[in-house]
Amino acid sequence: MITLEHVSKAYTAGIPALNDVSLHIDKGEFVFIVGDSGSGKSTLIKLLLKELDPTEGVITVNGRNVNKIRRRQIPKFRRKIGVVFQDYRLLKDRNVYDNVAFAQKVIGESNKHIKKRVPVMLSMVGLAPKYKSFPDQMSGGEQQRVAIARALINEPEILLADEPTGNLDNNNTWEIMKLLEEINNRGTTVVVVTHNLEIVKVMKKRVITIKRGTIVSDTRMGDENAN
Amino acid sequence: MSLTLVWVMKMRISTFWFTVKQGIKNIFRNKMFSLASVATMGACIFMFGLFFAVVTNFNSMLKEAEKGVAVAVYFNKDITNEQINTIGNDIKKRPEVSKVEYISADDAWEYVKENYFEGRKELIAAFEGDNPVANSMHYEIYLNDVEMQDALVTYIQNMDGVRNVKKSEQVANTLAEFNRLATYISGAIIFILLAVSIFLISNTVTVGISVRREEIGIMKLIGATDYLVRAPFIFEGMIIGLIGAAIPLVLIYFLYDWIIAFVASKFNFIGAMLNFIPTTQLFGQLIPISLIMGVGIGLVGSYFTVRKHLRV
Repeated sequence: MITLEHVSKAYTAGIPALNDVSLHIDKGEFVFIVGDSGSGKSTLIKLLLKELDPTEGVITVNGRNVNKIRRRQIPKFRRKIGVVFQDYRLLKDRNVYDNVAFAQKVIGESNKHIKKRVPVMLSMVGLAPKYKSFPDQMSGGEQQRVAIARALINEPEILLADEPTGNLDNNNTWEIMKLLEEINNRGTTVVVVTHNLEIVKVMKKRVITIKRGTIVSDTRMGDENAN
Repeated sequence: MSLTLVWVMKMRISTFWFTVKQGIKNIFRNKMFSLASVATMGACIFMFGLFFAVVTNFNSMLKEAEKGVAVAVYFNKDITNEQINTIGNDIKKRPEVSKVEYISADDAWEYVKENYFEGRKELIAAFEGDNPVANSMHYEIYLNDVEMQDALVTYIQNMDGVRNVKKSEQVANTLAEFNRLATYISGAIIFILLAVSIFLISNTVTVGISVRREEIGIMKLIGATDYLVRAPFIFEGMIIGLIGAAIPLVLIYFLYDWIIAFVASKFNFIGAMLNFIPTTQLFGQLIPISLIMGVGIGLVGSYFTVRKHLRV
């Protein structure tokens, strides 16, 4: 599903943000990528979305060599990847329904399809009754749920979450993690970038640790034999 | 326009309306700048409309005046009627000639009698049976285009049997000069106005893009195509152009009638000379030209701005 072979990314001359990183994530996996700020986690997400191109190495996502995707093909490529961020990135002038529907309008879905699909997604993230609310009227956890609904409505095969609980309190953090696990159970590959080691320990999933641009460990929590 | 058509064809109908709506929303989200753009565009098209009305009327009046500018061709003493006919036929074949009138010696004498000897019967009687202007039979040639007068005169002077060619040089030159000057001035002003309008639309779209940076970023991450990200801004520019062109057209429509009535009443001594183009005829040309200009300026201004600022 996701493969990186000897991938490096240097922004300017000096220490590279990622240095000779190789990893493989299978379809349906739930993976945490952990590391301190500046370790290269966000660079990794940007490379997977083709927001950046690697300086060296080959990246394969959904069977496609990302290096070879042309500029014009990027939109279609990104539709197979859902993404959520620490700051939710919702459109503040639109209500919950419109924020989620926006993702479908952007890919040219018909209004008929959108009207059926958005309520289903909002029920899944537990926000059906709040479809008329605006982002500023909601808690951080609720806003992140809207962001997740928006990321999933186009049925991506991969969900990338960049510090999804970074702005949330403990209760909301666990609710979002439960939601992500549920999404993973339905077959979507989930990659969560975080520096919250507590949730990593409790969730008992595969954990890839990055330090100064290099993978220093790749383990499954609770499975000491794994590499 | 063709670019927009290609976009439209590539998009589904629902996507097309989505982008048009986004474009309209942009205008309202960005009220002050949109208003400034519409106002400037309106001012530009208003001035263009006024110039267009003035220049078109001026040209039409010039054309009328040109009709009265004639070249007179006099013949050698020994010329035969046959030769006169040949000269007349050759002149008629020239494209710049609109009308050729033959004035016989008798016609000329009648003219002199009416205009110079009026009421002086004794003088007229003295010349009875002996036309004093017997050699003054000539052609009066009227032109389509006064600027061609010199070329025609040179041509006629080289014809056999032609003694003299009298041209109304001053009138012709003055009219042609006016015509040229009016065209240059209006061309220059329209060019400047176009440049200002394009600049302002471009500014408005740039502000729109910077205000919506976040939304554009989200659209790109979700997988919006270049068309979808860019089209709302292009539509925004085109709609501003359209509104900016439509408002002054309505104003000019009412102003034009009022000005004609005003000029006719206040300056009735020249009113008779001025033949204004009817409102419907003027607007038959002005409406399509202004609307196309407005939408075109909007399209050009926004298209290049979007290309510059939205590398998707």
